Amino acid sequence: MSTQPLLQVREITKLYAANKGCADVSFDLYPGEVLGIVGESGSGKSTLLSCLSARLAPDSGSIHYHNRAGESLDLYSLSESRQRQLQRTEWGIVHQHARDGLRMGVSGGANIGERLMATGERHYGNLRGTAEQWMSDVELDIDRIDDKPTTYSGGMQQRLQIARNLVTHPRLVFMDEPTGGLDVSVQARLLDLLRRLVTELNLAVVIVTHDLAVARLLAQRLIVMRRGEVVETGLTDQVLDDPQHAYTQLLVSSVLTP
Amino acid sequence: MSSSPIRAGYNFAYLDEQTKRMIRRALLKAVAIPGYQVPFGGREMPMPYGWGTGGMQVTAAVIGHDDCLKVIDQGADDTTNAVSIRAFFRDLTGVETTEQTEEATLIQTRHRIPEKPLREDQILIYQVPIPEPLRFIEPSEVETRKMHALEDYGVMHIKLYEDIAQFGHIATAYGYPVQVNGRFVMDPSPIPKFDNPKMDNSPALQLFGAGREKRIYAVPPYTDVRSLDFEDHPFEVQRWEASCAICGSEESFLDEVVMDDQGHHEFICSDTDYCRTRLAQQEESA
Amino acid sequence: MYVAVKGGEKAIRAAHELLARRRRGSEEQPELAVAQIEEQLSLAVDRVMTEGSVYDPELAALAIKQAAGDLVEAIFLLRAYRTTLNRFYSSEPIDTDAMQVERRISATYKDLPGGQVLGSTFDYTHRLLDFALLAEGEAAESNTDEVAERVEESMARVSQLLEQEGLMVHETDTESEPADITRDPPTYPSDRSARMQALVRGDEGFLLALGYSTQRGYGRNHPFAGEIRIGEVDVSIVPEELGFEVEIGSIQVSECEMVNGFTRLEDGEVKFTRGYGLGFGQCERKVMSMALVDRALQAAEYDEEIKSPAQQEEFVLSHCDNVEAAGFVSHLKLPHYVDFQSELELIRRIRKADAASQEEEQS
Repeated sequence: MSTQPLLQVREITKLYAANKGCADVSFDLYPGEVLGIVGESGSGKSTLLSCLSARLAPDSGSIHYHNRAGESLDLYSLSESRQRQLQRTEWGIVHQHARDGLRMGVSGGANIGERLMATGERHYGNLRGTAEQWMSDVELDIDRIDDKPTTYSGGMQQRLQIARNLVTHPRLVFMDEPTGGLDVSVQARLLDLLRRLVTELNLAVVIVTHDLAVARLLAQRLIVMRRGEVVETGLTDQVLDDPQHAYTQLLVSSVLTP
Repeated sequence: MSSSPIRAGYNFAYLDEQTKRMIRRALLKAVAIPGYQVPFGGREMPMPYGWGTGGMQVTAAVIGHDDCLKVIDQGADDTTNAVSIRAFFRDLTGVETTEQTEEATLIQTRHRIPEKPLREDQILIYQVPIPEPLRFIEPSEVETRKMHALEDYGVMHIKLYEDIAQFGHIATAYGYPVQVNGRFVMDPSPIPKFDNPKMDNSPALQLFGAGREKRIYAVPPYTDVRSLDFEDHPFEVQRWEASCAICGSEESFLDEVVMDDQGHHEFICSDTDYCRTRLAQQEESA
Repeated sequence: MYVAVKGGEKAIRAAHELLARRRRGSEEQPELAVAQIEEQLSLAVDRVMTEGSVYDPELAALAIKQAAGDLVEAIFLLRAYRTTLNRFYSSEPIDTDAMQVERRISATYKDLPGGQVLGSTFDYTHRLLDFALLAEGEAAESNTDEVAERVEESMARVSQLLEQEGLMVHETDTESEPADITRDPPTYPSDRSARMQALVRGDEGFLLALGYSTQRGYGRNHPFAGEIRIGEVDVSIVPEELGFEVEIGSIQVSECEMVNGFTRLEDGEVKFTRGYGLGFGQCERKVMSMALVDRALQAAEYDEEIKSPAQQEEFVLSHCDNVEAAGFVSHLKLPHYVDFQSELELIRRIRKADAASQEEEQS
């Protein structure tokens, strides 16, 4: 197990106005680790995620990513070309709304195969075979491989999104409310899938969620955000069972318990 | 080669020298980066956009007194638009024109490459309606420029994948995308895919002009041009069961002609010069 | 044996002769004089000049005659002619403040310095076909005494009044070299000068529809007609050899300034936004539409969500030129039988394969 952090985040700040955005966020993320970023909407967690995944340049601060070749890359000194390459090969990004993360106008199989095609795979049979394999891994009916995602249910679209991202065996996956807007039972099954995949594939994940139950299930560590600032960090169980900051206490206590 | 006087009041080849120089600069850039679309300040021509103004501007920029010009449309010299463009250049340059591929130094073409292989001293100028091969999947120019710059061509193969999934075949019959010199993906203009192999390693210089979209691109002589495909679904050209009803060729691209309303069709060579030459050779040896 | 059809050249010549005869029409009618078109179809002339990008009423009238009244064709003729013209100078910017105003209205104030001058307009006519015009004859006696005298009061500009009160964003001259879309290919994102040039030459119908769409909610920007002015402005150049301004003539222009919905700007101030339109001759509908679209295309500058076609720069600017549009649409008339043959071959092959596999399944 390597002790090099996968991602080193230092004092990331991106503010649209006072308290809107994120300010002074720092942390390390290790391979195979799941970090949850929790907070209400407007807390800045999505902004932070965009900065981390090289989709939004911060006002200040730095992010270093250690790639497969062992190089430490300063994300925002990379060319756009290299950033896109990272996003396509070593990373995954799972969006809250499937339409942001899928090509709705092409088939499920093409969605999964796209990254492979973009990185030089030129055998139709292999592409189709790989797509079928992944579809069954994410528990999608392979008979739907030629259907467009518009004909899939919400839960199925999310599974497709996951497969599309994992096909290049990324080391780091960013997730923004991956179960948001889904039926409770669908959510539960999707979370089970995510948990299994994270463990099997030793994925490092940064997951943004307002849902503490999701955080508890998936994340090992948490960052709690409020109005752009980090108010508390720590191991998930500690933060949720013994919150220190007043806001975290409020957050935890406001979760409806069955 | 002699040339006749041109229409009074106009510069040789209609465009002023500054404009021709601007186009030639764009052509040089295009030749230096095979398959890359170079923006150029296209002018309004006396023909409507979409009717060959791009090809005409390229021809006007490179044509000289000693050239011999052939103009074809759908492979034929006497389709109305080819006639019109040839007359235009005759009128505005006085340069010799021909219907024989052999004799031409410049060939302006719409939708076909001549059957007879070209030589090093010939230039083929294509008329291009939509220069951007990614336009079908990405309407934004800003985005497609980025995709070319980043060699982000995954979407092209997605299209081919979808075709095979839906039809069992790649369903592009003309304007079939190619990769040039191992780098840029290019739209070869709406030539039938039958003609794609002729572009690969051609001794002739190939120039492409899109007037309305204001883009110029080029394939230098002896350049690699590969049609996109999959290993297990390789690129194939069209084949007919019939042969040419006039010269008997089984090798050339055939046009379908409807003979009556009972479903009777004949097939004839699209390349009229090729057909006529073959027929003449046959009659000679007969 | 099939014998190939030839004779394209002859067919074209015959077509041109037929066209010439059609254009002339019945010999029983006197031939239209270009001067008649210039005088009596002046609004058509104005449109052709604006979209043809050449201020020359006589040439525009000639183009209209040659095109038998097809204005898009006439615009094309003028544009093609323009390509052959030499460029001697760029004029100084025209000053519409110094315009000899024939018509000036504002919807934002009931009255203002200089007043509301109706000028010549269809606005309050009742759209009843006037059959008196059908019979040739002298025009009705007009009471020329009643025609308004030139207003002596200065015509303060509405936008200036609003700017002075700090209520309206300023149009700032960045002092950079403006684009020249007749020389250089378009790039996106476009700078405002290139956008405006494209809109001036853009098809009136297209811009009208887009402007209309903004009013109906596709990118609403709450427009008010702040000012519409029509009149003559002087054109001058500064020849290098002389070093001072020389007036070379005057042109009639129409100008529209829309006052659009207010917004909070980056500096915190709340101000009205604006749109601008300009054209040759009397082309009110055009300049109003242009101003609406100009404002819609400023959406990105005001951080507005870009949802509707009128706000999408690439969409609007790529499709607003009717010479390009007409050319490409009409090019479908050209022979496409080779590409079609390719499609035929492919579809037949696919259908054959489908039939074969169906047979297999059934057996």
